[in-house]
Amino acid sequence: MADVAYESNPMTVSDTKIAAVKRSGAGDTRFRALTVAAAAIVVLLFLGMMAALTEGAWLSIRTFGASFLTSQKWNPVTEQFGALAAVYGTVVTSVLAMLLAVPVGIGIAIFLTEICPRTLRRPIGIAIELLAGIPSIVYGIWGLFVFAPYFQEHVQPWLVDAVADIPVLGTIFEGPPYGIGVFTASFILSIMILPFISAVTRDVFETVPATLKESAYALGCTTSEVVGSVVLPFSRAGVVGGAMLALGRALGETMAVTFVIGNSHRIHASLFAPGTTISATVANEFTEAVGDIYHSSLIEAGLILFFISFVVLAAAQIMLRILHKRAGGVAA
Amino acid sequence: MTIAINKRIYHGRKRANGVFLTLSTLAAGFGLVWLALILYSLFYNGFSGLSLKVFTEMTPPPGQDGGLANAIFGSVVMSLLAVFAGTPIGIMAGTYLAEYGRYSWLSDTVRFINDILLSAPSILIGLFIYVIVVATTHTFSGWAGAAALTVIVIPVVVRTTENMLLLVPNGLREAAAAMGAPRATVIQSVTWRAARAGMVTGVLLAIARISGETAPLLLTVLSNQFWSTHLGGPIASLPVMIFNFAMSPYEDWHKLAWAGALLITIAVLTLSIIARILESSRKN
Repeated sequence: MADVAYESNPMTVSDTKIAAVKRSGAGDTRFRALTVAAAAIVVLLFLGMMAALTEGAWLSIRTFGASFLTSQKWNPVTEQFGALAAVYGTVVTSVLAMLLAVPVGIGIAIFLTEICPRTLRRPIGIAIELLAGIPSIVYGIWGLFVFAPYFQEHVQPWLVDAVADIPVLGTIFEGPPYGIGVFTASFILSIMILPFISAVTRDVFETVPATLKESAYALGCTTSEVVGSVVLPFSRAGVVGGAMLALGRALGETMAVTFVIGNSHRIHASLFAPGTTISATVANEFTEAVGDIYHSSLIEAGLILFFISFVVLAAAQIMLRILHKRAGGVAA
Repeated sequence: MTIAINKRIYHGRKRANGVFLTLSTLAAGFGLVWLALILYSLFYNGFSGLSLKVFTEMTPPPGQDGGLANAIFGSVVMSLLAVFAGTPIGIMAGTYLAEYGRYSWLSDTVRFINDILLSAPSILIGLFIYVIVVATTHTFSGWAGAAALTVIVIPVVVRTTENMLLLVPNGLREAAAAMGAPRATVIQSVTWRAARAGMVTGVLLAIARISGETAPLLLTVLSNQFWSTHLGGPIASLPVMIFNFAMSPYEDWHKLAWAGALLITIAVLTLSIIARILESSRKN
């Protein structure tokens, strides 16, 4: 039918109109190309970062080889560098911080989604999200000026005495009370990632369909049973993903740690001893480093951090994607 | 008999639930108390160090009066440069992800890498810019600092732009296309416009994110005790000033460090609150 109309009334398009359509078509292609280029920049930044760090670290990689990873000798004077103490400090502070922050963070999320009176939920939730955005340097100077002195004076001496005769604890908590050290750094770190873990976990808990929880309650489940048998199993991938994102943050965190860890390239059994992490080493020493090999070694330490955090963050992304797929599947 | 057993189970479950609820509440209390303590110290020490001089005078040598004017200026300039450079790239990349390549393999890769860049340790971005800018130009500079901050801005803007564009209903796009608008026009005058508030939110969050970044600036700009508008050399910035002053043994420098930390926190909180209001106004 429509054909007939067109045939009897053939379209006449002026040249200017054709030109306009052609122009807008060209503009369309250009715009699309611009967006593709911008997307490519994101990938290039990542690849460039890997390449630049490898290039910067090349001198150190060639000079020290595998011993960079196995030696804790860090001597700028003789130009002997091994990052073992920094890698160890990075892993230990992050793991300790996670041990404290994950249970407490999940506790806060459970409190917010299941226990807290409805009127308080939003204000507390918003407060936690805002706290997650506070720059880490604030946590750092609080640790240095407030927490470390108090801890040194009132808690540490008492704790060292109390556990001195207990075999393992005695070793972990021994030594002079400096206030700063691996333990203090881990503690500050855990407080810093706490709002982040709570915020992510709460969001993840909220993806659990209300009908699932309601049916469990209707069967007579208690709150703890609903959380343990419905909420957590449903959102497991998301909780693990959120925790790994937080671990990624903790591994690379610089300012909350640098102030209070003591910057010492030694591995001690005691958590009260000063230590260092990769990021604290770089922040403390990079601008004062003299000589190519010193700079290169610091960049190689950064490259190691890059790989550690890449693995953790990639795992976190995969976990969170699993959750989103599942949440989407149930909703549909 | 059976009733008695059931009662035992019942009480056991009730007790377990009580323990569980108490533990969760205690965890929440424990966490919130520490966060409150930090905010209290920050506001108490920050406000006692805050005065008009903080905004009008330069950073002092130890033992003398002074302010943070040069550091505030440096931070604002570098942050603005980073936002101006990073926002267009971030918006275009986010537009690609949401509009053109929603299901393409390139998008999957970009999304994955973007999310990793989003949480990558910022000190590594400092090292990256050091290697490609500072080491090749042989000087620490404000430009290098702005470049480092740009690398942090881009992934934040990409993520929020994509999320916000995905919320725009497809009916709007189809209606515009049905009227004969080319795709670029559809995106620029329909979807961008519909998602505007959300995209502004993303930019605000990006500013909040970079205003406290210390490590990347430490490795790329160093610092400067004096007033400097020369971006080709080291200039002062608030976070690095806080870092240097807090590490120093001088009492008046510590006071300025607290005041600086308070300023940054207030800036970050204000930006996040505005972003939040914008977002909730969009939802309504």
